[in-house]
Amino acid sequence: MLLIHCPYCEEDRSELEFRWAGEAHIARPENISAISDEEFAEYFFLRNNEKGLTYERWRHIHGCGRFFNAARDTVSDRFLTTYKAGMPKQLLPETGASEKTVETYEATEGDAR
Amino acid sequence: MADLANRTSPLSGFHGGSSTVRLEAAPPAERISLRARAEDVAALSSALGVDLPVRPKASASAHGRSALWLGPDEWLVIAEANGGLMQAAKNSGALHSATDVSHRNTAILVSGPGAAAAINAGCPQDLSLKVFPVGACSRTILGKVEIVLLRTVEDAFRVEVWRSFSDYAFGLLAEGAQDAAV
Ligand SMILES: [Zn+2]
Repeated sequence: MLLIHCPYCEEDRSELEFRWAGEAHIARPENISAISDEEFAEYFFLRNNEKGLTYERWRHIHGCGRFFNAARDTVSDRFLTTYKAGMPKQLLPETGASEKTVETYEATEGDAR
Repeated sequence: MADLANRTSPLSGFHGGSSTVRLEAAPPAERISLRARAEDVAALSSALGVDLPVRPKASASAHGRSALWLGPDEWLVIAEANGGLMQAAKNSGALHSATDVSHRNTAILVSGPGAAAAINAGCPQDLSLKVFPVGACSRTILGKVEIVLLRTVEDAFRVEVWRSFSDYAFGLLAEGAQDAAV
């Protein structure tokens, strides 16, 4: 079971109390009725879906109820840091986790016949 | 004139436990879900007669009322039945949102040396006395339902649960009580 640090409860809690809430730091355009369809699609539908370091919103829905932001490595599933909503993106050095250090389907089963 | 409807407790008649855990339905209580900004906490605390805690997992009790921290601007306030919580909150004059949830919730009292183990059958929180001391409270989960957990004394907890989930919660705690006695 993953433990996730809630920045509002100030402690590590079970992943069972949390819910994922999509990519973080997406600002709603201030002139939303004036932007083009392409710009709206970019804001509303298109996500980076990055492999490795990614910034996400999470919600401690079965705890304090707050949304917060998390930096997570999607390869290792490791939470690198969490911080309160409204805070600027927390820049992190390269995580060190890589495909080589993680057993992926491709690595273990890729050549299976 | 039609007969008046009688309100029954959802756990009326339930009893259970094991050699180390006692399970019982809590008596009826009044409850409000309270939301307020930090600057209005003092006025609401004095109107309610109990200090709304501002630290995570903290609760406070006074004058037959308990205030449980649920989130940075959210509390569950519990009083004995007909405790006048809504009126007291209104009397504060402070900006707030109070919702009477007296009959949305019911509560199960879990006590005995195996109480923490019985709850941990379905709850992932660390219930050691160091991390979850007497007076600690938290919204969390028990199996597949959400609960609010309060440690009332060293070996006793109050489990607040939505009334339609209370049958499930009681059943899971009964299973946990059996396991805790092994
Ligand atoms: Zn939290």
